[in-house]
Amino acid sequence: MSQTITIQPITRIEGHASIKIWLDDAGNYKDARVNYMSLRGFEKFVEGKPAEELPDIVCRICGICPWMHHLASNKAVDRCFGVTPTPAGHKLRELMQTIAHAEDKLLHFYFLAAPDFVIGPDADYAVRNVVGIAKANPELATQVVKTRYMVKMILDKFSRKTIHPIAGVPGGFCKPMLEEERTDILGKMRQVLDFALFTIDFAKKNVFPKYLDAIKTLGVITTGFIGTVDDTGAHNLYDGKIRLMKPDGSYVDFDVQDYADYLGEHVEPWSYGKFPYARVWNEGFALDVDHPRGIYRANTLARINVADRMATPRAQAELEEFRALFGRPAQATLLYHYARLIEEVYACERAIEILEDPSITDPNVRAQVEPRAGRGVGCVEAPRGTLIHDYSTDENGLITRANLIVGTTHNLGPMNLSVKQAARALIHDGQVTEGVLNRIEMAVRAYDP
Amino acid sequence: MGVRVSSEWLNSCSGCEISIIDMGERLLDVLQVADIVHLPALVDSKYFGQLGDQKHLSLPEADVGIISGGIRNEEHLEVAHEMRRKCKLIIALGTCATHGGIPALGNSYTPGQIMERAFSTETTDKPDAYPSDGVPAMLEACYALDEKIKVDIYLPGCPPHPDQVFNALVALVQGKPLNVPTRSVCDTCPTVRKGKGEVKQVRRFLQAPQYQGPDEPLDRMRCLLEQGLLCMGPVTRAGCGGDAVTPRCISARVPCRGCSGPVRHEGNQLLDMMNALASNGIDFKSIPNRPLLLRFSGAHSLLKPAIHERRSS
Repeated sequence: MSQTITIQPITRIEGHASIKIWLDDAGNYKDARVNYMSLRGFEKFVEGKPAEELPDIVCRICGICPWMHHLASNKAVDRCFGVTPTPAGHKLRELMQTIAHAEDKLLHFYFLAAPDFVIGPDADYAVRNVVGIAKANPELATQVVKTRYMVKMILDKFSRKTIHPIAGVPGGFCKPMLEEERTDILGKMRQVLDFALFTIDFAKKNVFPKYLDAIKTLGVITTGFIGTVDDTGAHNLYDGKIRLMKPDGSYVDFDVQDYADYLGEHVEPWSYGKFPYARVWNEGFALDVDHPRGIYRANTLARINVADRMATPRAQAELEEFRALFGRPAQATLLYHYARLIEEVYACERAIEILEDPSITDPNVRAQVEPRAGRGVGCVEAPRGTLIHDYSTDENGLITRANLIVGTTHNLGPMNLSVKQAARALIHDGQVTEGVLNRIEMAVRAYDP
Repeated sequence: MGVRVSSEWLNSCSGCEISIIDMGERLLDVLQVADIVHLPALVDSKYFGQLGDQKHLSLPEADVGIISGGIRNEEHLEVAHEMRRKCKLIIALGTCATHGGIPALGNSYTPGQIMERAFSTETTDKPDAYPSDGVPAMLEACYALDEKIKVDIYLPGCPPHPDQVFNALVALVQGKPLNVPTRSVCDTCPTVRKGKGEVKQVRRFLQAPQYQGPDEPLDRMRCLLEQGLLCMGPVTRAGCGGDAVTPRCISARVPCRGCSGPVRHEGNQLLDMMNALASNGIDFKSIPNRPLLLRFSGAHSLLKPAIHERRSS
């Protein structure tokens, strides 16, 4: 008898999604899909609102990466109003964004992903979680909780509010950094860098080798990639041009203001989430595991694939080691975790660079802003991918139209493909165990949706 | 066995859950006395059984059920009812759960208008029909939890401060009464108030408020509302600063946007703010967008679609 399996909710991810798997009469894979379950309507309800209020509204799209929405939105409003942030305002924004990346990757690696690797994919679900890790390895767990908390509280103490930030403002930043704050944060970020280096070493020695077989097979698909690079082609999280790479490694670079010439969003009847695809490739859109069309991926692995190099020395050394093993572009889905830890090293190094520049304490943090009619696209690399906010304003500076492409959504198509691939490879003759279903979820979890 | 805790997120952003994690090391203390039986962000318990083969959605029984997010679609509604059935006590965590939160700004529009925009943006390939296969249907509005199920404890905040979450959990475990803030942000704000400002028009937040410099303590800065900025402090519940008390945004020299919802649970931030502006001598008509005064509390039918849209939908 044919059978339907519903994995709902997908757990240890950051949003609302479910997996459906259909088996044929023999109990083998017929089809699978990932449904994205909710629609909140941000693109509609921001209409008519004063543009300068948007950075504090749209951050509520995601409580895990609110800084990303907050800052992409600020950039879009800057452009609508024709204002350039002051140098110190610009640096403070990048600093907050970079430190937020450093926090986010620790959260994902240890709290969400690690249970699969440290406790094991087949372990009882009652212990396959961060609580299980805390009991199995209390020393490491305490260090993780302390370090992540320290990073988070850097943001909270300085910006005053880190979940749903208010500190970025059109024209720059709401408050300057004092010298004693600079030295305090610098000291802390040096500690976080040490922990980032410990983490990537720990993973390279104790985690990735154990799962090398899974890395080579689980959820593996072949796609293009998207990410942000600077003028020299180096990886950048905060600013730069967008690079869209084909599966063969060839790429085009473009200004994010022109994103609509390159990207489209496809709609499926079974998902509220839309599926971005590479419209510029002129091959349409297809979620075919063996012959995907228009599909590219975003997020950590994508960013380190599109970049010619990492802009900081320790992260660059890690990238070289990674590329020697897996090439460019690397396609294996579980390598997202490895790439995430390389970016963690970068985020710490970059935050330290910014803090070592004394001009960060310049009190001129906010440029004068006047509302006006305009259009602006703001973009940053969110942990989960290239985040695009596109607004138009009327002469009073009220929003007339907004289009958002949220980081996670670039990977909605790829996650579907990875789940199809994993289900097809793992389910045979009706043999469905918790371990098998969890492995299929691991193919989603790698994307950190 | 400790206190069994079950947690769900509905029409939400996961910020409330991150606020729980932001208890830091206190989280490890909580885990000593609490058994987490369900929490999708961290624990792998499933609605349809661990093998995904059950027909009906089912959640484990628990002593305390924590729900973040409002109710926007049929799945949220089903999960909320199941939580209510299985949990002895329901905590509405965060302003989305208590008053709808930011997503209830969508209540100014019909579900049709929301879908129409989402599926017709400049980058979207317009579909023949809106998604309906295997996705839960949207309800007419985004509801606060207590519009659909009984709520025992309200912990507003966007998100609630980790101190508030921790204090609430400790009180529950110890069986002590909860100490929930009942005053306004203004009551806990140290800025200087003279009674009335000199400004007659609302000043949009396009430049910094006036203060002497980064070193100036907050208790020397003039009240932001009296400077003409639309500070929602008078009509917003205190507590965002946690044990440190001082309102978060104001300490960053940024006006309060009202994220903890009204001072009294059933208050109306829009009406209350009209009064506050009037007593400050500020012309209410100079506000650029009035629904924005309900940006965190548009549930409970306070924000509604325009009448002609309601008829046509």
